[in-house]
Amino acid sequence: MVNIDIKKATVTEASVSVAWGARLSRPEVIPMYPITPQTHIVEHLAEFINNGEMDAEMIHVESEHSALSAMVGSVAAGSRTFTATASQGLALMYEILPIMSGMRLPGVMAVANRALSAPINIWNDHSDSVSARDQGWIQLWVESSQEALDTVIQAYKISENKKVMLPVMVNLDGFSLSHVYEPVEIPDQGKVDKFLPEYKAEDFLDLKNPKTFGPIGFPSDYMEFKEQQQAAMFEAEPVVQEVAKEFGKAFGREYGDGLVEEYKMEDAEYAVIGMGTLCGTAKDAVDELREKGIKAGVLRLKCMRPLPAERIQKAVKGLKALAVIDRHVSLGFEGPLFTDLRSALYETGLQVNGYVAGLGGKDIKIQHFEKVFNELKEGKKKGGWLL
Amino acid sequence: MNHELSEKAKKLSQGAVIDKPGSTVETKTGGWKTFKPVTNYEECIKCGKCWAVCPEAAYKQNKDGFFEVDLDYCKGCGICAKECPKKCIKMELEEK
Repeated sequence: MVNIDIKKATVTEASVSVAWGARLSRPEVIPMYPITPQTHIVEHLAEFINNGEMDAEMIHVESEHSALSAMVGSVAAGSRTFTATASQGLALMYEILPIMSGMRLPGVMAVANRALSAPINIWNDHSDSVSARDQGWIQLWVESSQEALDTVIQAYKISENKKVMLPVMVNLDGFSLSHVYEPVEIPDQGKVDKFLPEYKAEDFLDLKNPKTFGPIGFPSDYMEFKEQQQAAMFEAEPVVQEVAKEFGKAFGREYGDGLVEEYKMEDAEYAVIGMGTLCGTAKDAVDELREKGIKAGVLRLKCMRPLPAERIQKAVKGLKALAVIDRHVSLGFEGPLFTDLRSALYETGLQVNGYVAGLGGKDIKIQHFEKVFNELKEGKKKGGWLL
Repeated sequence: MNHELSEKAKKLSQGAVIDKPGSTVETKTGGWKTFKPVTNYEECIKCGKCWAVCPEAAYKQNKDGFFEVDLDYCKGCGICAKECPKKCIKMELEEK
């Protein structure tokens, strides 16, 4: 649960919270291109700059491909940089995603997750970001407006950690979160400055000390560079936890341990795991099921890449069965999170069911979770699409 | 989880950044040629056209004024042989 001092809170749209998270992190450059449902984020950043409340260079580029390309250049020049996108915009950025991570450039991008066309659909699912999971970006997923703000600030600290040096995607559900108004406590700038000091790049484009960025990697070396990225991804896992803990101390708010949030898991026999706002509905369903005497729980995966496999193995100890809810499907197979988690939990022998739900903004209801928990209780290997 | 880096991966720079200029010469780029240029210095007039047209700057003038190719960087394109006014550069199959 989010610990907010209601007297200090203002009612804020989650997109505005993300903009505040960016503003408080003091990026120097914001290359932007608007796309539904992300537009409010960059609109509010533009307003902050226009009002003289924020000292950042906003670059109006001609496409998302250019937005991320400009971000690569800006970070390579040593500047803290922010951008945001969604859906087709992220798809258009795809070429640059592995370039930014492969060049080990830190930075934060918010993604207001939205379904991919066709058919054209502006509503939420996770197909944009989840299908980009292999491109070397750390992926954090949030459930509330406050968490969106807090996570942007934490994301910079994770990204710029010398052991990590990887870009971070902060994912929030399009509309179901991005356009939702909730009470949000906007942290004090001084406290954020203390938590997140100025970014000082070791390697950056410098006329006085020229370096080459993004050279060719021959077959003799390419795989070794990927090794470095793999190692840095795994190094990021404890860094995510440390940053979450430090943030908790400074601001009084924690979301699980930064990797996974556990809800009523202490004595749970059956649980669901998923990402984003669907977990809020799952928590309500669990409350109802507990009233009927069913020991149900929720695991909310906050960090999908790196996948905290051992952390999840610990969290499922004592469970009789687990259901994975994917808001995306790898067409021709199954939900990718289900594939990941079944693999991560294979050696535990736990029964894991996979469900695909909420594609293109279809509601995920309490009744859906009742059906899922019933199937878990029946002990049969089931799963499928929740329509 | 963790990934134990190989010895080579430990030595490589982060993000493949090249932090000192001029390191390109350390990369021998001549490995992909099939034919190599061989100059007949009996006929060569030291005009330097091979040096001028070489796209890899692989020719260097020696102290006697003749131009010699550095096969570590020659890619075997044959422009020097084609342009030589004395036709004294022959492309020969390189056997490894």
